[in-house]
Amino acid sequence: MEKFAPVKRSGDGQPVRYLIVDDSVFARKNLAQMVEAFGGQVAGEAADGVTAISEYERVTPDIVLMDITMPQMEGIEAAERIVRDHPGARIVMVSSVGYQENIVAALQRGARHFVQKPVKAEVLYEVVKYVMRDEQGAAQSVGAGA
Amino acid sequence: MRMELIQPFINSADAVLAQGLDSRVSIENLTMEEEAYRRKGVAAEVFLTGDIEGRIIFDVDQKAATCFASRLAGTELSVTDELVREAVCEVANQIIGNAVTVLNDQGFHFRVHPPTEHTSEQGSKSSEDTEALVLCFSTESGNVFMNVALRYHRRRSLDRAVAAT
Repeated sequence: MEKFAPVKRSGDGQPVRYLIVDDSVFARKNLAQMVEAFGGQVAGEAADGVTAISEYERVTPDIVLMDITMPQMEGIEAAERIVRDHPGARIVMVSSVGYQENIVAALQRGARHFVQKPVKAEVLYEVVKYVMRDEQGAAQSVGAGA
Repeated sequence: MRMELIQPFINSADAVLAQGLDSRVSIENLTMEEEAYRRKGVAAEVFLTGDIEGRIIFDVDQKAATCFASRLAGTELSVTDELVREAVCEVANQIIGNAVTVLNDQGFHFRVHPPTEHTSEQGSKSSEDTEALVLCFSTESGNVFMNVALRYHRRRSLDRAVAAT
């Protein structure tokens, strides 16, 4: 896979930590390869929304890559619950079902972005940089005010 | 079966397969299936519920499935590898999800259920109100089949339109 300039956490320069949520083992492996190509770390994985919530609590990732159509609890509901308890959570929905209603519902419930499958690494990379920018913005604001 | 329901599946399969295999994909033939579907290789089944109901079987020659999975996984896999079946389910999910996206934006409302591996030799026979259409795509790695058996609930769609006015 193509290599990308590493995306690091601006606060401590450490690799971005990801939680990958998808009921497909294959999709998780595919996303994990991209995450590694971005210089990130897979902090945890989950195959359904319920496990995603508990894994979020356990690993406190920088970004969650969340599928929508999953057994037990779908991704949009899981995203809503995570954001309710952790308003700063950065959740990117990654799904093959990308119609407007779904995207709007996900964004309204706290997701930061949406990427349609099949995922192109270069697209996800730009989204990750964009979503991590708010952390950089916050760090710069703090620095400017000090 | 209404062609406007089928075309998004053809377009989506063409795009996803071409991207996944990085090769040309062509549609070989399109036939109505009257008998029960016979599985040809590694297959996944996806159910739809809502304005459009039914199921789609996504069936890939073993050689093509192995090639597809190896390419997407970035490593050589054998046909017995569990990841090959996983890959077929995921590709089915992507093709059907992308088609559903188009249909939903055209006003058809329905839900896609997670794909499951289709292991039985035969699929259900099409019925009077649920015609099955078989699409065969040719790729450099082998053939890919989609057996689409859908029923359009015009009544539900009309009910929703009335409720919205």
